[in-house]
Amino acid sequence: MKHSPAWKKVLIPGSILAVLLLIGLPLLNTLGVLSDYYLNLFGKYLALAILALGMDLIWGYAGILSLGQAIFFGCGAYAMGMYLMLQSSGQGVYGERIPDFMVWNRVTTLPLFWKPFQYFPLAVLLALAIPAVAACIFGVLTFRRRVSGTYFAILTQAMAFATWLMCNRNEMNLGGTNGLTDFKSLFGVSLNTPSTLRVLYLVTALCLVGSFMACKWLVSSKMGLVLTAMRDQEQRLRFLGYPIAQYKIFIFALAAALAGLSGALYAPQVGIITPSQIGVLPSLEVVVWVATGGRGTLIGALLGAVGINAARSLLTAYYPEWWPIILGGLFVGVVILFPDGLVGIPNQLRQRLRRTRASLFERTVPDSFPSPSGRGV
Amino acid sequence: MLTIRSLNVSYGDSQVLWDVHLDVPPGQVVCLLGRNGVGKTTLLKCIMGLLPPRAGSITFYDQELTVLSPDERARCGIGYVPQGRDIFPDLTVYENLRLGLVARGVSNGMIPDEIFQRFPVLQTMLSRKGGLLSGGQQQQLAIARALVPQPTLLLLDEPTEGIQPSIILDIEESIQRLKQEGHMAILLVEQYLDFARRLADHIYVMEQGTIVLEGRMQELQEDAVKRYLAV
Amino acid sequence: MEKQGSIVYLEDITVSFDGFQVLRGVDFYVDRGELRALIGPNGAGKTTLLDVICGKVKPATGRVIFGDHTDLTTLEEHEITMLGIGRKFQTPSVFKHLTLVENLTLALHQPRGVWSTLFGAVGTTQMDKIAPALATLGLLEKAHHKAGSLAHGEMQWLEIGMVIVQEPALFLLDEPVAGMTKDERERTGQLLQRLAQDHAVLVVEHDMEFVRQTAHRVTVLHEGSILCEGSVDMVQRDPRVVEVYLGRGHKVDAHDPQS
Repeated sequence: MKHSPAWKKVLIPGSILAVLLLIGLPLLNTLGVLSDYYLNLFGKYLALAILALGMDLIWGYAGILSLGQAIFFGCGAYAMGMYLMLQSSGQGVYGERIPDFMVWNRVTTLPLFWKPFQYFPLAVLLALAIPAVAACIFGVLTFRRRVSGTYFAILTQAMAFATWLMCNRNEMNLGGTNGLTDFKSLFGVSLNTPSTLRVLYLVTALCLVGSFMACKWLVSSKMGLVLTAMRDQEQRLRFLGYPIAQYKIFIFALAAALAGLSGALYAPQVGIITPSQIGVLPSLEVVVWVATGGRGTLIGALLGAVGINAARSLLTAYYPEWWPIILGGLFVGVVILFPDGLVGIPNQLRQRLRRTRASLFERTVPDSFPSPSGRGV
Repeated sequence: MLTIRSLNVSYGDSQVLWDVHLDVPPGQVVCLLGRNGVGKTTLLKCIMGLLPPRAGSITFYDQELTVLSPDERARCGIGYVPQGRDIFPDLTVYENLRLGLVARGVSNGMIPDEIFQRFPVLQTMLSRKGGLLSGGQQQQLAIARALVPQPTLLLLDEPTEGIQPSIILDIEESIQRLKQEGHMAILLVEQYLDFARRLADHIYVMEQGTIVLEGRMQELQEDAVKRYLAV
Repeated sequence: MEKQGSIVYLEDITVSFDGFQVLRGVDFYVDRGELRALIGPNGAGKTTLLDVICGKVKPATGRVIFGDHTDLTTLEEHEITMLGIGRKFQTPSVFKHLTLVENLTLALHQPRGVWSTLFGAVGTTQMDKIAPALATLGLLEKAHHKAGSLAHGEMQWLEIGMVIVQEPALFLLDEPVAGMTKDERERTGQLLQRLAQDHAVLVVEHDMEFVRQTAHRVTVLHEGSILCEGSVDMVQRDPRVVEVYLGRGHKVDAHDPQS
């Protein structure tokens, strides 16, 4: 009983989302209205939406601006990518149980850190655990020292850049600039058939609905209250006895795990993971998705992620050179015109309407000193 | 000099001021009394232009204020000391005071000596950043800054809050002197009845967003006033 | 009165800001069950003294002993708070975007760890603790309004309420009655007197009438040192206090809201 208001806030939007994504879209696909190509595209968008959810948790609710979420996304994507590569090994040109690019680089045995990724459960676990642990370590080093705000953002950006540099190097045995690619199969089933991709879509959609409901539950609970207060006035919360650093580390690690999940779902659907997807620019894009959709609403993060990526697919087909400008322009537009994002537009329009209505019924200046109206006394 | 008629103000959907009528004659001190939350601060904010009215007019020497922005109203000669020590923490005491001149459009002027006589502690820390002053010192600075451009109408929201008793007496003396000189009118929100009583020429008592009692200081019944201030 | 032992003891506390000494080797203590008023000119160091106790400011020298032997200078702010020290700040610092109920929920005396928060109930089940607090403060009708919509004085009350529900052993209240009418001050004074029966209360205030109504003892701080300490009457008659703080025209209190 005591939890029912929270459960309502979680179950109602969650169910709507579930119906739309788990039933609606696949149905359209079965009926032939939505092609396999577009379903797969949607699958990728939904994977990215999980990344955006995490970002909204830390930025929209806790007020922590991280410009390096793509690092954690990359951890998950590379983890899954490594598993998939090992699945495909031995089926390539050289017929050996190590990835092709290592053969080219004259690496004769599988490096130790690749070995756990031969097993699916381990790969999945590591896809979530590595980003979470990395985030914890980073959090302990920064939040306990009260590093926050702009300084924290700059540090995350530096980390993103460093990670990108690292992954580009062939010595890292992560495929260098080419990344990990040519994924052939998953559980013995070919990755390129529509049925596999449809299953991948369903798994992604399920993960998204689950993540969304988990996040919604989180922000509707007392934790959500603490996070909002932390964003509002961190010092005051400290003097109410809350160990602020612990909370920040927790939420940062959670967002990192979500980012890892996002990457792990993204890689098989796209078929490739490269360093260009884990650096500074992709991290900034996540911020734009959440800002455009509407910070601190969760549903805004979903809208922003899906909307902008859909727009990009559309526009880069016709005007590839214009995309960075459009993206930048979107961000400027959000800041100037609709700071609450897409989700906040109905409210903004309502307020503007109210103001216009108020000024239409113009203020009256009476000719004589009227007697006070009946309020009070 | 300041004439408010039929002022109605809302915060979003809820109305906070209902048909307020108020007059501040030149060179006089008008005091606004009332419990917490009745709308006193809202009224001052509206006069200064920080809150738009839904209806009504505010005239200052025949100039309709509601069409002016806050900085334009400041340049007309209205000074405002909001509640709660609103000074610029990153500027020094001297720079905060000079801003008072800039607000009036007289940035080349000098800070009057009288300010330092009333608030001697400010003179000892002219180069100290505002944020490093104690709360009470900041409040003194806020009042001093509003007095620097010699406004013709001064809006004071609980000016004595957080100020030590001896300085309060000094502030009272200053206001008495300003009254005698007749150049400045003051609209004062105060909780300390004694302070208000010694200074005010006219009193308005507010309750639930409207004026319920008003009159000249001497004429008002003590009990009537007390009734509206009781919890 | 039987000797109960101090709840907090400051020993040789020195604090400097920007080369300026705000507190100079101050020795200060508050007894359990005492309501102590801390008065003094603006800039004397009163708020800084409270800051030192609750950990906001770390002293350059000296120790702060809480209870029998806990040195607060080695602890972080939230640890100090959890030991049983509740602070109300000079300018009301409530969470403006949260409702009154939500503000009080955060302040309630319960575990503060991440896990307890994750699985703790919000609001409704704790209304039995929050509603009486709101009623005492006279803010029950505004329970679900955002704190930012409150008037200045109401925010003071909310913050006092937040400290009360924390159930601390020591209350640190910085100007609790600023912006209140005489009646509201009296009510607050009565509230504090009730609290002082089983807690220690340290109040910084300028309202001498309020101090006289509530305080057991008064400490006068001036330029970072203790000028004198004693009963309200004794302190009010001390010529040094009149000189630096009360003012020479001070026959009737400047802050006397008599009517």
